[in-house]
Amino acid sequence: MGKRVGLEVTVAVAEAVALCRIDMAGVYPITPQSHIAEHLSSLVADGTLEAEFVTVESEHSAMSAVIGASATGARAYTATASQGLLLMNELLPIASAMRLPICMAIANRAVSGPLNILNDHSDIMPQRDTGWISLFVENSQEAVDLSIQAFKIAEHKDVMLPVNVNIDGFQLTHMVEPVELPTQEEVDEFLPPLTPHATLHPAKPVTMGAFSMSDYFTEIMKAKDEVIKNSKKIVLEVWDEWGKKFGRHYKPVESYRADDADILMLTMGSMGETAKIAIDELRQKGVKAGLLKLRLWRPFPFEEIREALKNAKTLIVTDRAVSFGGPGGPVFSEIKSALFAGKHHPAIYNYIIGLGGRDVAVRDFVGMFEKILSDKDQKAKDTYEFWGVRE
Amino acid sequence: MIEVRWHGRGGQGAVTSVELLAVSAIAAGKYAQGFPSFGPERRGAPVAAFTRIDDKKINVRSGIYEPDVVLVLDSSLIGLVNVLDGLKPGGKVIVNTPKTPDEIRKDLNFNGTVATVDGTGIARKEMGVPIANTTMIGALLKVTGILSLDDVKESVEHRFGRIAQKNLNAMKRAYDEIKISN
Repeated sequence: MGKRVGLEVTVAVAEAVALCRIDMAGVYPITPQSHIAEHLSSLVADGTLEAEFVTVESEHSAMSAVIGASATGARAYTATASQGLLLMNELLPIASAMRLPICMAIANRAVSGPLNILNDHSDIMPQRDTGWISLFVENSQEAVDLSIQAFKIAEHKDVMLPVNVNIDGFQLTHMVEPVELPTQEEVDEFLPPLTPHATLHPAKPVTMGAFSMSDYFTEIMKAKDEVIKNSKKIVLEVWDEWGKKFGRHYKPVESYRADDADILMLTMGSMGETAKIAIDELRQKGVKAGLLKLRLWRPFPFEEIREALKNAKTLIVTDRAVSFGGPGGPVFSEIKSALFAGKHHPAIYNYIIGLGGRDVAVRDFVGMFEKILSDKDQKAKDTYEFWGVRE
Repeated sequence: MIEVRWHGRGGQGAVTSVELLAVSAIAAGKYAQGFPSFGPERRGAPVAAFTRIDDKKINVRSGIYEPDVVLVLDSSLIGLVNVLDGLKPGGKVIVNTPKTPDEIRKDLNFNGTVATVDGTGIARKEMGVPIANTTMIGALLKVTGILSLDDVKESVEHRFGRIAQKNLNAMKRAYDEIKISN
């Protein structure tokens, strides 16, 4: 294992990506992702990383460039946030349909308007159905680990799909904190060179991502759905291998003091750590509270969610995005879908929190628990509420 | 755990200081977080930056609302920003100013520990620039004892290269010259 150092999380992520020996990066800087672009570009400039750093004029071009590079068989990487991700949107389903193992960091940031540069999940949630494997991290170590694992998952012969790693903007990206970077030897051992299934080359012409009418389109969509559903098996294998090699274990749904809990909360991303402190406080007060953390967003871990909730009486789902005029937050509605098909139905509540960088402190998590515990008649069940909103 | 809130103005290097402190604490085997107040950075506008240091893993990721120590890099912020906001009972205030701790105590109407040092004056003499962010790290180390001057040496050298020694000299002077009044 490499040395334990203090680094800004974006810098740690760029270092991890360099350890993956990427061939090409095409990144357009956008707050709060920019330091990833800057650090990768300096690693290329100073000769530490032998890769092509393509400076592009927009995120649309960034994604186009990595699609092109990946189609030639290069290990290609990009990173973005917010409006940048939205600008990439029309290319994301193309990357997955072309089965290109591109990896991307998303420094999650609220989308405009109004303009806001701070953290929430309103950038990734609208990309839910683009056919990308989607992972969430809660600290620097996880950001580093998953950035490396992403390539291994994406490039597995039974996957060949793009992967995004979601890293909360500012709360995580701009934090200097301890992290252990694996050594180059360790990463080389874990991540073999990419073996593409087909490549663009002038000497060997192939057609990729071409036109399809009603004759084949449905079959192509079905194939994409099958492959992303089946990718969960590979994700689990990769996490198992990582755990054995590095001693850090990852699961699609992780839990904290959840086994005997009467009331559970579910979070995604960096809030999980602060929520743990709230769980400890509630336990001290005699409330049997527990925490679930959703790491794997796509493919959605239906079985693992049902298993994690099999004894729960009450569940509070937190969302950092809004589905306007919809059934509640996007995570909430997925969890409800997962439970509808099962036999056990806990009372389920939804809080929309942490929008546009609104800080969520320990006292907020405790407050959400206490509010739901006082809802004896379950009046708020199945509904959603904006936590801490001023009306 | 110790939580420190830095008050400065955009461009005065508060963020650099919290980064240096966090990197040094981690290199010394501790756990730490260093982070800016999140938002658009504007030169000259009041900004805050934050440090958390602990011997065990830090889980909290929200802002710092009840700091143990407040460090004011720019004394013109006193009266403009409530630098005492949320300061824990028994909390300490460190100010970069040529004034005495008792004068600052009156300015702030504060009964707790106040420490002052002319960080800008020291920085001007030692480095030839009126930028006191690294100088004031020396003041913080003296008042809190969270790290030794030696602990920060390597990260200052890494960050500043050939001008590192001047920064370290300024830091040492602030460490030696700060006046603390309980």
